[in-house]
Formats: sequence, structure tokens, C-alpha cells
Amino acid sequence: MQAKSFQLFPEAASSIAGQVDALYAFMVLISAFFSLIIAFLIIFFAIKYRHRPGIKPTFKPADDHSIGGMVLEIVWTAIPLAISMVMFVWGVSIYFTESRPPADSMEIYVTGKQWMWKVQHMEGAREINELHIPINRNIKLTMTSEDVLHDFFIPAFRTKADVLPGKYTTEWFRPTQTGAFHIFCAEYCGTKHSGMIGTVYVMNEADYTVWLAAGSGEGSMAEQGQSLFNQLGCGNCHYSNVNNGIGRGPNLNGLYGSKVDLKDGTSVKADESYIRESVLNPQAKIVAGFDDYMPTFKGQISDEGMLKLIAYVKSLGLTYGAPNTATPGTVSTSATAPTAGRPAAKAATSVSATPVAGNK
Amino acid sequence: MIAASAPVKEQKNYLNAENGLKSWLLTQDHKRIAILYLLSVTVFFIVGGLFAALIRLELTTPAGDMLDSNTYNKVFTAHGVVMIFFFLIPSIPAILGNFLLPLMIGAKDLAFPRINLLSWYVYMLGGTLGVIVLATGGVDTGWTFYTPLSTTYSNGYVVLTAMAAFVAGFSSILTGLNFIVTVHRMRAPGLTWFRLPLFVWAHYATSVIMILGTPVIAVTLFMLMLERGLHIGFFDPAYGGDPVLFQHLFWFYSHPAVYIMILPSMGVISEVMSTFCTKKPFGYTFIAFSSVAIAVFGFLVWGHHLFVSSQSAYAGMVFSILTYIVAIPSAIKVFNWAATMYKGQVRLTAPMLYAIGFIGLFTVGGLTGLFLAAMGLDVHVTDTYFVVAHFHYVMVGGAIMGYMAGIHYWWPKITGRMYNQLWAKVSCCLVFIGFNLTFFPQFVLGYMGMPRRYHVYPAEFQVLNVLSSGGAAILGLGYLIPAVYFLWSLKYGAPAGDNPWGATTLEWQTSSPPPTTNFEVTPVVTTEVYDYTNAEVPHIV
Repeated sequence: MQAKSFQLFPEAASSIAGQVDALYAFMVLISAFFSLIIAFLIIFFAIKYRHRPGIKPTFKPADDHSIGGMVLEIVWTAIPLAISMVMFVWGVSIYFTESRPPADSMEIYVTGKQWMWKVQHMEGAREINELHIPINRNIKLTMTSEDVLHDFFIPAFRTKADVLPGKYTTEWFRPTQTGAFHIFCAEYCGTKHSGMIGTVYVMNEADYTVWLAAGSGEGSMAEQGQSLFNQLGCGNCHYSNVNNGIGRGPNLNGLYGSKVDLKDGTSVKADESYIRESVLNPQAKIVAGFDDYMPTFKGQISDEGMLKLIAYVKSLGLTYGAPNTATPGTVSTSATAPTAGRPAAKAATSVSATPVAGNK
Repeated sequence: MIAASAPVKEQKNYLNAENGLKSWLLTQDHKRIAILYLLSVTVFFIVGGLFAALIRLELTTPAGDMLDSNTYNKVFTAHGVVMIFFFLIPSIPAILGNFLLPLMIGAKDLAFPRINLLSWYVYMLGGTLGVIVLATGGVDTGWTFYTPLSTTYSNGYVVLTAMAAFVAGFSSILTGLNFIVTVHRMRAPGLTWFRLPLFVWAHYATSVIMILGTPVIAVTLFMLMLERGLHIGFFDPAYGGDPVLFQHLFWFYSHPAVYIMILPSMGVISEVMSTFCTKKPFGYTFIAFSSVAIAVFGFLVWGHHLFVSSQSAYAGMVFSILTYIVAIPSAIKVFNWAATMYKGQVRLTAPMLYAIGFIGLFTVGGLTGLFLAAMGLDVHVTDTYFVVAHFHYVMVGGAIMGYMAGIHYWWPKITGRMYNQLWAKVSCCLVFIGFNLTFFPQFVLGYMGMPRRYHVYPAEFQVLNVLSSGGAAILGLGYLIPAVYFLWSLKYGAPAGDNPWGATTLEWQTSSPPPTTNFEVTPVVTTEVYDYTNAEVPHIV
């Protein structure tokens, strides 16, 4: 807990913490063992073989190349190598657990900016420099930065990940203990770096439900994303309702997590970064069967807005082939919706009603 | 300059061969250039140390009550930039390497004396730019210059600071080039590669890193300047760049740069251990080749700085295993040094105490590097005080202890005078105790989660921070005392004689201080290196 005035070891409050601490303990023991051996040998030799005037050295240089010398060299190369390979494998196995969020993770979005953390919950609750989460649930953070590099670090959970502008990184954990724990920005980010801190509150399931309900007045992230989707006129081209067939842009139903074939013959997995790039820099990857006429939306969507759009697109994926809560049919009522066919140039201008900076 | 105490006509040496400021500023003598470096590097060490003192003072309380955040950030940036680019990188190679390399191989000078002098002027130009930055308001990016903070958001003198490091880098390149050519072309007759002192092997390996690595940081800093000044996008996503690209390029140099700092120290330790154990270093060839192995593998581990930077997990695995492999040559050296003492004639002189201190602290620094190479553990401890403690154990506990061992060992050769052994041992003990008190608590702080570069911190971290600051005061005293007895020795120290320690390498075969041409007659080497069979071993304790 944060209130303690002095401590020598951090609390272990996540499912991974015990594993990290076990490797740490192993390495401390190995290090202490070798340090003590070296220290003992040096002190022992310094005393036993101290110089006595008048006595000639007894150890001839040639002795180094003896069989015994060679054996020693091999031994003290092989043993540290073997031990370090144990450390390597152990470290990698923990890292793979740390870096792969379980499929059933609850998703939360984090945006870093100089010098605060902004958190958006799928259900619509938002908070600044605080993160409320339920105990014993896998939590996956999808994070981005509005400006410089940051790093979302929770020592009690033994995990951190850099937060980068222009792309998404993830971090996951399963809290195992209720309470309040530090959030630190661990990547130096300018003047108030040490003020970019916060608190994660791990709550039991009942408290969490109450907390969550209190903060969801604006609707879920997907709902907020849908209104942004309509506001920007995305639906003019991207008919997301399966019944509307193919629009001028690719159908977004079931897009998230799928494999997308591109015009240049390659393919890409539709993750958060791909969706973001397709909105801000649409020319970068053109979907097979479509033309390059989507304008960039750079400068029109905030990082938090982008996360809402992504949440909306994800919600479409979740209900593929079935009537979904997002009622994508609304897009077809848009006044500027073109008729059939693909009048590329005209459509492009109608979508970008506001001035748009050209792509770089 | 030290003729006062010697009424008989003093032998001409490199110090009194010519007089006047001009004879120093235009000298092409590698020994005099080493002295120029000694003076200027010492000034930067003091400056960097004062910044460290400010940091430790501020961190005695959790609140930011002495400096404001902006100033604190500028102070730790200045500490890092000054200590790394203007103290640690040039310290041993440009001072001791410059002075000793030609002497150890029986040469009259380095291969390119004018380029050697040029390297000092280039270094001073870089240093002057750095001083201008400090005097006009400083910079707050950290010594790592991470983008896009440095290219877009910082409001300090980023371009000028990058230019200072950029220019100073050329001084390294010139020194490295000079050393490589000198070792290849100018060895005395009979001095085969496997008769070279280990100090020379270490400097050869260091030089390879200098000439291969430094151009990469130069290009990287140049790209940074272009992006900051002209908005040409390399790193900032706003200009279509990738911020992680900067980290790859930066650490491609800056990790090997750690070996630029530590390898020369390892060379010093090999010499000191041999002389004061009166024995050829155990496993001479293993120590020699481990220097080369460190130089080669050191270029392949930079990605271990990026385990939490969105680097691919598979790339991370490769960097992790290579990091463990690069640790092995260091372990080999430590074991060989310890074995060198076995059945030796051990004399615990001041340089020997510093060397033993080096082995102790470097062992801890090296072992804690293994923690950071373990990917799953690094995720927790990276960017915390654990890292700060680790690299200070390597760079201060390792590189500076080695530098101090070297200065104490060759001071009689450089100046012709002995210093007070007792005071030197006292200061060595102060450094060892002060150092551990300063940096050991930081391992604990780091594992508890205190991030580095924090101006303000939660109250539960205070006790350990106070311990650390107290240790820093002792450490500072330990560095101050040598300044006194070294200066004292220049005037009052007993004449050292040619070979006060009973060492076997060539630099001890000429007079102290050496004549301008190093040797009256070019030495011819007929025996193996470190052959103590007929050595006189003075009993100095």
C-alpha cells in the first residue's frame, strides 16, 4: 500500500509478480554466490601469498599454459555460460507471459500526454491519473501517446510498457490483491516527468460494478465511437451493414482481428494500429479490390476519439452476421450517401467537407 | 618544473625539454598531449561531479524543494552528457593510452602525432560547445536524447548539445585510428602480438569500437539535428518518422560505448594485477581474446535496451541471449585476475587496492547486468534506479576505479615522483565505502519501483535516498584527497626512479619521466611478456 513510510521490497499484487520475484531471488542468490567466491579468493590470496622480501616468485609463467590452466579456463567459461542460459530461458518464458494478453482480457484504453494519464473504459467511464479495475480479472491496456514517449509502470504488478505516439502498445496483468498501488511514468517525458503519476485501485467485483455504473453517462466507447463515425461521414463509403453489400470502401463488419488482403498482394492483420493508420494515412495500405481515394483524417480526430472509433469497429466485429447494437443502418440515411457505382472523385470531396491536410 | 630539488643537472625529459605555453599547445609529443587531456578531462570530471552533488542534494527529500523540475532535469542531463562524452570516453584512452601505448610497444610516438594533437583540439571544441550550452541555460533531454522529446518538445539547446557530442566523437575516431595504426606498424623489434601487454590489447579492442561505432552516433545525432532544425522527419511520427528507430541507432553506438569506457580499465587492471602479484597474468591469451570478443559481441546487443519499447519479442530473444554471451568474456577476465594472485608475491600498494576495488565493484556491476538481460525481469526493473545502480557500478565502480588504479600506478612514470601511499590507501577505502553506500541502496530502490530521472518521489523511498546521498558525500571526499596528495607529490614527492614497482613492461625500462623520444635506444624484445624470472621486486607496502 502507498501509505507506508519505509519499505525494502515492493508489494506483489499481480499474477505475474510471484514469477518475476522468483527469478529475481534466483539471480540474487547466484550473484551473491559468485561475488562471495571472488571476494574470498582475493582476500585469501592477498594474505596467503603476500610479498616477503627476498623470496623469489615460485610460479613460472609457463605454468599458465599447462593442462591444468586450460581445464580451469574451460570450467569457468562453461559453468557461467550454462547458468546464464538458465537465466535466459527463464527470462524469456516470463516475458512471453507478460507480453501476450489472454484472449478473455477486459480491455481498457490509456492515452498518455505531458503530464497525465487519461483512461477510457469500454463501458464509457473515463478517469485521469486513476485506474479502477476489478480483482482477479485479466486486464489488457491498449495505449498510445499524444506527444512524447511515456511508459505505464505499475511496480506492484511488476510490469510496464512504453507508450508511443503514432502507434499502440499493450500491457496486461491480473491483479490479485485489492488496494491502491502506484502508477509511474517510467520513460523520461520532460519537465513534469515525476509528476506523471497516478494510482491504480484494485476493487472487488461488486464495488467495481457500482463504480463503473456511476461513470458511464456518455454511453459505451463503442456508442461514442459510432456517433463520431457518423459525424465524420465514414459510413458514406464504408457500409458496415452486411445487408448493404459493398460500398466504395471496404466493409467493416468483422474487420477487427481478420486478415486483410491488400492491393499489392500482401496481407495484414487488422489490429488497432492498422485501423489507425487506415484512417490517418489511408494510402499506406490499399485493400485489394478498392481504389485509393479515401482522404486522410489527420488533424480531425483526437487520440481518444481514435480509440472510440476503434472500439466501434471492434464492436462490429463482435456481432458479425447478426443484428448488432451499433445499428450500422443509420449510415445509409446520410444525406450525402451516393447512389450505386463508384464515383471516386466526387465521393472523396463530399466526405471531406472540412479542409484536410494532404498526405505526406 | 621540478628541478628545484635536484641540484645536479637534471636529465632532459618530456616535461622540461621545452618551456612555455606554446610548447604545450603545439606539441606533437604523445606524452604532452596526454597531459593536456589529463588537465581538461579532470576539469570536466569536476564539473560532472558538481552536477552529481546537486542531484544527490535534491534527492535527500521527497519533495522538489531545492531545484525546480526544469532545473533538475537540466542538471541530470548535464551530469550524464559531461561524464559520458567528456570524461568517461576519453579518460583512460586519451590520457593513459596516449601516454603509454607508444612506451609499451617501444615506439617513439604514435603513428600520427599531428592527428593526435588535432584530436585534443577537436575534443576541446566539443567541450567548449558543451560549456556554452551549460552557460546559456542547458538542455533537459537526458543524455539519451530520446525522440520526439528532443526533436519537437524540449525547449533547451538540443542542437548545440548534440553538436557538442557529435564533435567530441571525432576526437574518439582520431584517437582510435591512431592507436590501431600504431599497434600494427610501430612495435619494437621482437615485440610480437602475444608479447604485447594486456593494456595494449584492451586499447586495440577499444579503438576498433571507437572507429566502427562513433560514426553511427555521429550520423544519428546529425539526423536529430536535421529533424529538430529543419523538420525533416526521421523519428517524430508527426513528420512521418518512428521514435523507436532513434533508440535503435542511439544504442547501436551507446551500448558499445560502455565497452569503450570499461575495456581500457580492464587493461589497466591486468597490468596492475601482474605487477603487484609479480606474476604473468593467469590466462594471458584468454584475457587478450576476451577483450576482442567483448568488442565484437558488444555491437550485437543494443536491443536489450528496448525490451519494453514495442520491439518484437523474437528480436528481444536474440538480443537477450547475445547479452548473456557478451557477459562471459568479462567473467573470464575476473576469474583470471583472481587466479593471477594464486602463488604470486602480492603487494597491497595503492594501485593494487584500487585494482582489487575494481574487481569487487565490477563483479557486482556485471552480475546485475545479467538481471537486466533477463527479459521478463527487465520489464520490471528497466527505467528504474536498478538500472542507475547497475551502470554506475560498471562505469564508476569499474571504469573510474580502473582509471584511479592506472593514475596511481603510472603517476611515478608520468611525473617522476612518488605520492604518499598511506593517504592513497585511505582515499581508496573511502571511495570503496562511499561508492557502495551511494549505489547499493539504489538497487533496492529500483526493485521497489522508483523510476529514474524523478525529481519528486513518494515518501517511502526517502530513507534509501538519504543513505545514497550520504554515501555520495564520502565518495566525493575520496575523490578529493588524491587531488591533494598528487599535487603535493609534484613538489615534495620522492624521486620515483625508473622502475619503482618492479614491473616488467617496456615503459618501465626508460627513465621517469621519459625523454621526449621515449627511449635512448630502441628496445629489442627478446623475452616473453611479464617475465619476472630476473625481476627485482621492491618491497612496497
